[in-house]
Amino acid sequence: MNMHSVPAITDLPRFSLLGMTAIIFEAPGAFDLDHQRRIWAMADIAATWPNVREAVPGMTNLSVLFHRPLADPQDFGGKLVELWNRGVSKDVDGRNIDIPIIYGGEGGPHLQEVSEMTGLCVDDVVAIHSAPTYPVYAVGSHAGYCYLGGLDQRLFLPRRSVPLLSIPGGSLSIAGHQTGVSASAGPSGWHTIGSAKAAFFDPQRDPPSLLAPGDTIRFHPEKVLM
Amino acid sequence: MEILSSTPLATIQDLGRFDHYHDGVGRSGAMDGLALAIGNALLGNDTNAAAIEIPLLPFKLRFDEDLDIAITGADCEALFDDVPLPPDWALSVKAGQTLTLSAIREGCRAYICVVGGFDVPEVLGSRSTQLRETFGGHEGRMLKKGDRLKALGTSVGLPPGGLGATPFRQETGPVTARVLPAAEYDRFTAESQRSFWTTDWQVTPQSNRNGYRLSGPNLTMKDASELRSHGVVPGTIQVPMGGQPIIQLADAATMGGYPKFGTVIEPDHWRLAQAKPGTAIRFVEVDYPAALAAQAELDAYIADIRAAAGRQRRAASGWQS
Repeated sequence: MNMHSVPAITDLPRFSLLGMTAIIFEAPGAFDLDHQRRIWAMADIAATWPNVREAVPGMTNLSVLFHRPLADPQDFGGKLVELWNRGVSKDVDGRNIDIPIIYGGEGGPHLQEVSEMTGLCVDDVVAIHSAPTYPVYAVGSHAGYCYLGGLDQRLFLPRRSVPLLSIPGGSLSIAGHQTGVSASAGPSGWHTIGSAKAAFFDPQRDPPSLLAPGDTIRFHPEKVLM
Repeated sequence: MEILSSTPLATIQDLGRFDHYHDGVGRSGAMDGLALAIGNALLGNDTNAAAIEIPLLPFKLRFDEDLDIAITGADCEALFDDVPLPPDWALSVKAGQTLTLSAIREGCRAYICVVGGFDVPEVLGSRSTQLRETFGGHEGRMLKKGDRLKALGTSVGLPPGGLGATPFRQETGPVTARVLPAAEYDRFTAESQRSFWTTDWQVTPQSNRNGYRLSGPNLTMKDASELRSHGVVPGTIQVPMGGQPIIQLADAATMGGYPKFGTVIEPDHWRLAQAKPGTAIRFVEVDYPAALAAQAELDAYIADIRAAAGRQRRAASGWQS
């Protein structure tokens, strides 16, 4: 398998324990919006089940968190598989948000490297990165961070071998088949190619996260700095 | 009360911030949930009352009102004015008196609990400090000299001299942490699985509330590949490409992409919280029923402390309530 491509997983849905109060369900098949819509639908339904604290979409997977440990995790996992097999899909009529980006410069220190690693010139990297309308697949990692689908294959790169101790909030990064904007300062193993000023999270706001799964983002190149 | 001296990383923590994983808000909360539970049980507090977590000493504060407090967690030199205190102890203090926590004898995180918990605003359902996102706790940050804090209560009628808790269990040798295997366990080589369970893993200095980086033999997978990002919880043991495991802890990210070897069960998180850099950790495989039994044992221990402390407090107040 090409390590830089979207990783394939098994043909069958599977679930596994994540400690005593969480289960991860992994969808089979391709990494695409159709599968993700089924994960969103599962999350909505599973969140209403007894003892479920939250059902949180990942990237074609679902984490279900419990108030108390389960009496029978196998039985619960079986219910998740059943739910997946029902094939319920959720088509979100989400919001579309434009995020102005300054590509390169101090806020995008790896833009040049990404250009070299992909064999594309900087302008092409920016053009290719800012072309798609990116669906928000999932929110997580840190508060307000959005996992986006739809990155162009030409920008697929492995994570950095040495992670950076901290990148500032607003950093736009890519790695693997993913791209996203950090909502707050923190460590990162991704390639940072630009920066945004948008406030993706505010604990005093309701809801606190700017975006939710099913919303879409477009990046608008404000400037490209070398 | 006023903080007279602090070192970095002292924060206000309760049990943690639940119900906002879907916003990407991690759990935060006390690293040593057992120490928090003991302090709150001795004082008859709500189980979620907020305390100060202190990972580095010295720490000194002066009380500006009469108040009942409890010191739990790491066994450290605790001086109430000039009087040394035993570990896991609750006592009544008077306005003007000072508390100094200095040299740690055993463990690595001390907790100061107060009646009713610390009076800081509840944000997104918790008083815990969310360090990365800089909200919660006291002004969303680590405590520092000059900070003034208040308790939500005052006195619960402790006996003269205070009251204490017997330790959960006296242990010697490497710290043991029980582990439930996780999604990618079967994808590690048989040799890696064997060495995981038999190694004395060293806690490295790159260890904090986010997680502990461990040092030992490299763990390798039969089929290395990057995973789709998925949920991560405190206790998750991840193995990045380099092969050296990381235990994600209280301030862990809510999602990640590294392969997961297993998860340290909740009732053993306190052991990790008190394992300072250089400590050896031994992992023991458990199944789900054994994990439930471990949780039940710890819950019963805390319930006993709560009941015994309640009796002593009522005796001290002449069984008036």
